[in-house]
Amino acid sequence: MSTRLATGGRLIDRSKPLSFTFNNKRMTGFKGDTLASALLANGQKLVGRSFKYHRPRGIVARGAEEPNALANFGTGANFEPNQRMTTTPLTDQAVVASQNHWPTLEFDVGAINASLSRFLPAGFYYKTFNWPRAFWAGLYEPIIRRSAGLGKAPRQADQDRYEHLYAFCDVLVVGGGVAGLTAATAAAESGDQVILLEQTGSWGGRSVIDGGDVDGVEITQWVKNALQALDQNKNVTIRKDTMGAGIYDHGYVIAYEQTHDTDAPRHRLWRIRAGRIITATGAIERPLSFANNDLPGVMLASAVRDYVCDHGVSPGDRTVIVTNNDDAYQTALALKNAGLEVPVILDARQDPQGPLVAKARALGIRVAAGRGVASVTGKRGVEAVEVCLHAGEGAVLETIPCEAVAMSGGWSPVVHLWSHCGGKLIWDDAQAHFRPDPDRPPTGHDGQAFVTTAGSASGAMSWPEVLIDAHRAGGGQGAAPAADSEDAGPMLPVWVMPQGAGVAKRTKMFLDFQNDVKVSDVQLAAQEGYESVEHAKRYTTLGMATDQGKLSNINGLATLSDALHQPIPQTGTTTFRPPYTPISMASIAGEARGELFQPLRRTPMHDWHAQHGAQWEPVGQWRRPYAYVRAGETVDQAVAREVTATRTSLGLLDASTLGKIIVKGPDAGRFLDMMYTNMISTLPVGKCRYGLMCSENGFLIDDGVVARISDDSWLCHTTTGGAERIHGHMEEWLQTEWWDWNVFTANVTEHWAQIAVVGPNARKTLEKLGDMDVSAAAMPFMTWAKGTLAGIPVRVFRISFSGELSYEVAVPASQGLSLWENLHASGEEFDVTPYGTEALHVLRAEKGFIMIGDESDGTVIPHDLGLEWAISKKKTDYLGKRAQARSHMTDPDRWKLVGLQTLNRSTLPDGAYAVAEGVNENGQRKTEGRVTSTYHSPTLDRGIAMGLVLNGPDRMGEVLTFPGTDGTPYEARIVSPVFFDPEGDKQNV
Amino acid sequence: MLLITCPNCGVAAEETELHPGGEAHIKRAGAEASEGEFEAYLFRRENPRGVHFERWRHAHGCGKWFHAARCTATLEVFGTYSAQTTEPPAEILEKVRAKRPGWSWRDLQ
Repeated sequence: MSTRLATGGRLIDRSKPLSFTFNNKRMTGFKGDTLASALLANGQKLVGRSFKYHRPRGIVARGAEEPNALANFGTGANFEPNQRMTTTPLTDQAVVASQNHWPTLEFDVGAINASLSRFLPAGFYYKTFNWPRAFWAGLYEPIIRRSAGLGKAPRQADQDRYEHLYAFCDVLVVGGGVAGLTAATAAAESGDQVILLEQTGSWGGRSVIDGGDVDGVEITQWVKNALQALDQNKNVTIRKDTMGAGIYDHGYVIAYEQTHDTDAPRHRLWRIRAGRIITATGAIERPLSFANNDLPGVMLASAVRDYVCDHGVSPGDRTVIVTNNDDAYQTALALKNAGLEVPVILDARQDPQGPLVAKARALGIRVAAGRGVASVTGKRGVEAVEVCLHAGEGAVLETIPCEAVAMSGGWSPVVHLWSHCGGKLIWDDAQAHFRPDPDRPPTGHDGQAFVTTAGSASGAMSWPEVLIDAHRAGGGQGAAPAADSEDAGPMLPVWVMPQGAGVAKRTKMFLDFQNDVKVSDVQLAAQEGYESVEHAKRYTTLGMATDQGKLSNINGLATLSDALHQPIPQTGTTTFRPPYTPISMASIAGEARGELFQPLRRTPMHDWHAQHGAQWEPVGQWRRPYAYVRAGETVDQAVAREVTATRTSLGLLDASTLGKIIVKGPDAGRFLDMMYTNMISTLPVGKCRYGLMCSENGFLIDDGVVARISDDSWLCHTTTGGAERIHGHMEEWLQTEWWDWNVFTANVTEHWAQIAVVGPNARKTLEKLGDMDVSAAAMPFMTWAKGTLAGIPVRVFRISFSGELSYEVAVPASQGLSLWENLHASGEEFDVTPYGTEALHVLRAEKGFIMIGDESDGTVIPHDLGLEWAISKKKTDYLGKRAQARSHMTDPDRWKLVGLQTLNRSTLPDGAYAVAEGVNENGQRKTEGRVTSTYHSPTLDRGIAMGLVLNGPDRMGEVLTFPGTDGTPYEARIVSPVFFDPEGDKQNV
Repeated sequence: MLLITCPNCGVAAEETELHPGGEAHIKRAGAEASEGEFEAYLFRRENPRGVHFERWRHAHGCGKWFHAARCTATLEVFGTYSAQTTEPPAEILEKVRAKRPGWSWRDLQ
């Protein structure tokens, strides 16, 4: 059993007890505990089940590298799965639950997988569930999904606040250990703007646990002094609980702050642009691969030391230490100092000789040289260690009862941030680790290095080296802070313990604890030909869990290299990708949710619409009324009412969202002739023309009415969603191709409100507002005029998208609402009806007018839509002209626009395909057309549709079959797309 | 996230302020172009692992198009210049030559 010690614990405040539950069992901890330290203090070593075999698992580490200890944390709207217990601070009344077990943590049915483990080797899923194919969706996938998976998904919306912060600095230092503090101090002294980040809640890193002096000052005091000096420097910003998550191109950094403060946003995503980045990210201890190294109670030696020193937690009365280096001796000393027993230090080295070794011996600790662990025994936790010769095959020399095993396989620099943006690594034989290669750093926009490492992140493994390296990294002048150091003895690389272990042992040596990848799995992958480290990783899932292989990587690479009989550098590493540890999705979203998700564009009449029952339709960033629904009416009924009122009397449409672009200048006509398929330059002042725009690929991209405003200026209307895009398109050609043409463009979409006054009574309604002659003689179809209506200066365009007598009235935006209300007053006697976008669509579809985005989809040319009349034959060139002459564009078998009329008056499903005889090479029915627009027409009281059909215009009267998604076939006759008033009598009055 | 200086307004702009526009210095083939010329204009592009000349628009800034000489492998930016030119300026070519001996792009060396 682990327990709380009577004294000690640098980080805990024993005067502030906290109460929490773990799997509904009440427990207590102290302020300053993490979930992990509190659970250990309560004797809870078993904290979860493994992913694949459901083996009992305990806490291995004390930081971000922890693979096992993940919890469901919180309740209700504050519930979060997969919280790493070693980095989550304990809070009062916390509700903590273990994951991946059924029915209980202590008794797990899935543990049967463990006894089947020899039938579940690497690549098991790939090999087994391939066949028969039909079994996958119905049988295999549901079972695998139920038995795998980690935490539960939250069931309620997150109630907390999150935000993004933007910061800029000359030097960003990631890591608040001795190296980070030294580098930040050096950088700040040169006058640079410095930001210093520390991922945990405390400063000083490992140094304050191991003790010692820097510049003659005791380390804890030195850290305090350094921090205070930085805090007082106005050029320095310091942030704890903030992890450097990722380094990106050109010095861009994402940092992740967890505030632990109820008033502040819960998480902050820092978006930092740094001139130079110093990663002082330290090093992580490696586990050793011996049989049953995953039993609860087997921990990293450094973690054992941390729990004793930082949290006053004993891992158990008796801890066996197993190591290949001197550092683990510190753990032995710390345990001894806490009054606990270290029965033996098993040192794989034949002749360990360092000052720490001598100290341990002097304290009376037994040091067994050349020894290793044959196996750890115990049911749900460590009960004893079987000792063997490391050089041998694992014959048990003696069995030592104990409650915990502290292991150390050496230290690996945290190179993630260095590697994110292309920093390369070199293999260090002496320390048996990859470290950053200072000659191949990540480079920035100027081709210069922008990331430097400092301290043990560089591979510096002693205090004096760390200080010198960090001082240099910070650009420090003069001498680096000095520290005494006792030379450590050389370490011995150990990848499998004992080195001659047979297969029975290797199948119990875990490399990746979180994904249950064993030494034998990696060896099998190599044997089956997965020689590339990236392939072996994916085949075995080594390093693919949420801990991203922080503990397993090097051991896995070494095992793979050994199996391939090649040196480790030749195997190389897998790619390090951000973030360093998982960050919350909510922090990435930041404030961008709900109303703040994206800006909302409103027309001047927006509020009026809202007050009159508007059902909104998002169109780009605009909200347009879909229909104005009255009490007791369905949306469909409202649409039908609006269509009928417009056809029979008077409808008003807020058309303000239509794009409006002014094109002006001596070369404007010539330019518009290139932009549009029609001839625009010859349009007389005062006239309007419907124009089509195509891309250089020939495809239709936009349409709209162009009005000539004056000799040198035109007003181009675009679709609602198209204003910015088309303005950009024009600017692109003007700036990058015809920059010598004298043309200016301005997007004035929001400067003008626009109202369509539509229906047989449209003219009378305008006439009542006085001062302007809008008669058929003064304003024929496709003309425009300036004037005054209701005392407001207006531009009236006589154009129609409904087939009715129609005027579009543009007014300065500030007077849009006023004119809208005046038109309502004037039209009252005609039962004026505002109509929304759906009625607009029905009106235009009844007339066979196309809609960009419905009839066009980026693969449609004007010729497909029967719009040859809008393509100038006289012009020598326009955008898309050459492309439209290519063989595929002139193919007579292109699908062409027709009307579709169901035989039983029903409405065709949108997007339905017409089936043809026979099947294609994939065995699917051949198709010969598709529906592009489909509505119920209240005017004709039947379904009407438009569609693109093979040889459509030549097949009038033929009946096509459209299978619906519900299995019902729809039969529709090919007809003209103009369903209503084909002669145009209603519009020409 | 790239940091590219707009030569028009002088702002060192974040990539999110910019809109990429593909390869620079493409000569338009008009209505009279042959099949081959038109195919080359519309579809044939350089795809170097190294220095590339590309178009960018300072879309959420001054709105102007410009060109950049940028290494697609190291992301080093050798310089930015006006879009209203048919070839890269001599001083940028000099810079590329100095840092990337043996380099070539289309017929530039």
